[in-house]
Amino acid sequence: MHEHDVLVIGGGGAGLRAAIAANEEGADVAIVTKLHPVRSHTGAAEGGINAALREGDDWELHAYDTMKGSDYLGDAPAIETLAQDSPEETIQLENWGMPFSREDDGRVSQRPFGGLSFARTTYAGAETGHHMLHTMYEQVVKRGIQVYDEWYVSNLAVTDHDDPAERECHGVVAYDIKTGQVEGFKARNGVILATGGTGQVYDHTTNAVANTGDGAAMAYRAGVPLEDMEFVQFHPTTLPSTGVLISEGVRGEGGILYNSEGERFMFEYGYANNDGELASRDVVSRAELTEVNSGRGVEDEYVYLDMRHLGEERITDRLENILHLARDFEGVDGLEEPMPVKPGQHYEMGGIETDENGETLIDGLYAAGECACVSVHGSNRLGGNALPELIVFGARAGRHAAGADLGEAEITKGKTSEIEEEDGLETPVEPGAVETSDEDAVADGGAAVADPDETVRNTIERERTRIEELMEKDDGIQHAELRADLQKSMTENVNVFRNEEGLKQALEDIQEVRESYQDAYVNDPSRTFNTDLIHTIETRNLIDLAEAITLGALARDEFRGAHWRQAHQERKDDEWLKHTMLSWNDGSPELWYKPVILDGENKTYEPKERSY
Amino acid sequence: MSTQVPEEKEQTETEQEVNAESVSHGDRRRADRDAKREQSVSGAPAEIEGETFELKVFRYDPEVEGKMEPRFDDFAIPKQKGMTVLDALIYARDRYDTTLTFRHSCRQAVCGSDALFINGRQRLGCQTQISDLDAPVRVEPLPHQDVVKDLVVDMEHFYDQMHAVEPFFQPDEESDGDLEEYRQTRENREKIKMSTRCIWCGACMSSCNVAAGDNQYLGPAAINKAYRFAMDEREGENMKEHRMNVLDQEHGVWRCQTQFSCTNVCPKDIPLTEHIQEMKREAVKQNLKFW
Repeated sequence: MHEHDVLVIGGGGAGLRAAIAANEEGADVAIVTKLHPVRSHTGAAEGGINAALREGDDWELHAYDTMKGSDYLGDAPAIETLAQDSPEETIQLENWGMPFSREDDGRVSQRPFGGLSFARTTYAGAETGHHMLHTMYEQVVKRGIQVYDEWYVSNLAVTDHDDPAERECHGVVAYDIKTGQVEGFKARNGVILATGGTGQVYDHTTNAVANTGDGAAMAYRAGVPLEDMEFVQFHPTTLPSTGVLISEGVRGEGGILYNSEGERFMFEYGYANNDGELASRDVVSRAELTEVNSGRGVEDEYVYLDMRHLGEERITDRLENILHLARDFEGVDGLEEPMPVKPGQHYEMGGIETDENGETLIDGLYAAGECACVSVHGSNRLGGNALPELIVFGARAGRHAAGADLGEAEITKGKTSEIEEEDGLETPVEPGAVETSDEDAVADGGAAVADPDETVRNTIERERTRIEELMEKDDGIQHAELRADLQKSMTENVNVFRNEEGLKQALEDIQEVRESYQDAYVNDPSRTFNTDLIHTIETRNLIDLAEAITLGALARDEFRGAHWRQAHQERKDDEWLKHTMLSWNDGSPELWYKPVILDGENKTYEPKERSY
Repeated sequence: MSTQVPEEKEQTETEQEVNAESVSHGDRRRADRDAKREQSVSGAPAEIEGETFELKVFRYDPEVEGKMEPRFDDFAIPKQKGMTVLDALIYARDRYDTTLTFRHSCRQAVCGSDALFINGRQRLGCQTQISDLDAPVRVEPLPHQDVVKDLVVDMEHFYDQMHAVEPFFQPDEESDGDLEEYRQTRENREKIKMSTRCIWCGACMSSCNVAAGDNQYLGPAAINKAYRFAMDEREGENMKEHRMNVLDQEHGVWRCQTQFSCTNVCPKDIPLTEHIQEMKREAVKQNLKFW
């Protein structure tokens, strides 16, 4: 059994930042990650980091823009923390050597981005995430922080108290991909989940193949509520054939969207008369699909994003990476012709319920980054707010897990007296576990186990058994087929436009995949680098998360941010200014609601009608 | 060498007729995905219509009967517009043989997971179009590195060399913590820009004859990393001297014989050989103490 003060699960932006912060607090910290850190998908982020750095801008404006963009579903303490901490965290990155793009005076450059009242998106070409990731990995190397790379964490070691709020996390169990060894990792102080997004729930996504929501699914099954999972951001500009992201920076620098008629539809058809191409991502995605559905799409599939008029010099200076992507993955020269784009799954606003210090309901378990929901983004994330989220909340979770006192959190966790129960959502099938499954994260053994070593040991045993069972079966169904079925249904039914019938269909399909999963088997008998096994375990996580997204989407009969319902074309603030919460409840998922916090440090945010 | 050619199975009507003039890559890819699902639902693989090409893939597993001796397997892959080598490998894995093992993640040439030896050259699988290659397409693990299984190589030595050059920013003075960035001219950022694009894929190291013969040679990626910091004006002259001492040694910059292999294969177009020569020049300048 390996032992450390703090364990960070995941080696992307939030994980690296958390590890550095814990290390600075003096903790013995280790990162356990299924990919080597430089392979993380933070490296694919392009646009930039929102930070109020300049004269005329301040954190309050950033907070206000973020709250407005969230369609009033973000929590003020979280949003204000993001806006307050981001400048310092951004400069910290620069001080660690990150090669930001520069102004003539040598200071870091900022550009306009969607939904922002000030050009505060700090960037490094169109490859900001790559530089952020590498800069932080360099700092991890500098500090000698231990990295267990290519270790797949398959479960959390959590005590089995009946009430999730009383449970404690004492570590994780991980599988060494190279050798097939299953081993325990004990965390004396805490475990921080930083496992990133869930894009593989869909088949057209900007996300990496590794973005399977492992951390969120494990925390959920261990008893931590998932929050606001129905809010899935579809990025308006992804390449049609692959889902590769074309940065919002293109529109930030002045790129224009055209339909097949050559019309600048954002204005021509009144989707966003003020902001045009720089309206929020949800608005632009819906506009594009409406164009396509009205017969004004190119090849009935996509629209054009044109940046030719920006000129070669500016494009090469600020958006060079976009030229490479368009050429390599779509065969298009962005200097000579417009680029084909369409919406694609990009970011999961929801995730593991945490407070502004990164803590979850379970003692000793923290989460940060895309896998967490603080909630900063509410129902719609602004471009340029994901990277600051990683560093701000990664740092806070790292410090807190290492024992630093960050003060009392304002955001509550779990079922307090203020919550509201869902009084019976009608679903076509019973969601949740098919039968009493032994795959939950809690250590089984009857009596509540409180001894940390024993908790980890019990979890090791269960994971070994689970893996052996998957490996020993020699026929059944394979993960690729299950994943394809799941992705197909989610892409058809739980996309940008949603209706009751489709959502119910998705729940049925998901349950069918879940039943089939009982027969999942691993074809590869090898203990050496068995990706067949890893993908099979990941698929279980995708099933649980797909269900969480769909249940929330079915329950929320209103139109807010990224969540659009055909029969409910208005934002219903009287009824829905609340977070959708979902507890696994040992296999029988349960929906409930938590009020949004709109009271900030200096002011209360009054919901206003969105206008673009 | 044993060969496994997947049998073609019964036909099901799935692939729509596609007209190359009016159909995007996306349509083709989607048609293929739908075809794949159709067949997975019906349980019988669809017959591949149209042209296929041959994908020859290196196979090895130290602990599985029949794979302990390295061999090549052949797969018949349908030709599709816009198909990359990574797409073809995924097709082979998901359709024919789920034990086929390779690293991949981002699909967009930024994570550096799928550097492979494709038709005798180091390339990223996700960035290489099948249409740019002669058939049969031959995929092997990166040369000069230990093979773990199939196309997966042990990257530890590569990481060790990267770590050996102190690959982190070391300014002369620590910033005093207030909200102030170090200043950097646009020209200086431009100078280091290409060097900062390295994705640690290992293609250069694998292509380098010198590295193949000298295990201690730092190699192009690590020297480029040192260049990235040594040439960054924010680090200052004191640190540059220290960095040159790391490079100016027997297994450092002087091992490079300017064969340009690294530069030729770099998927990020980093002028590696040029950067190494600049470092040689700096090393010479540092040793001539009259300026």
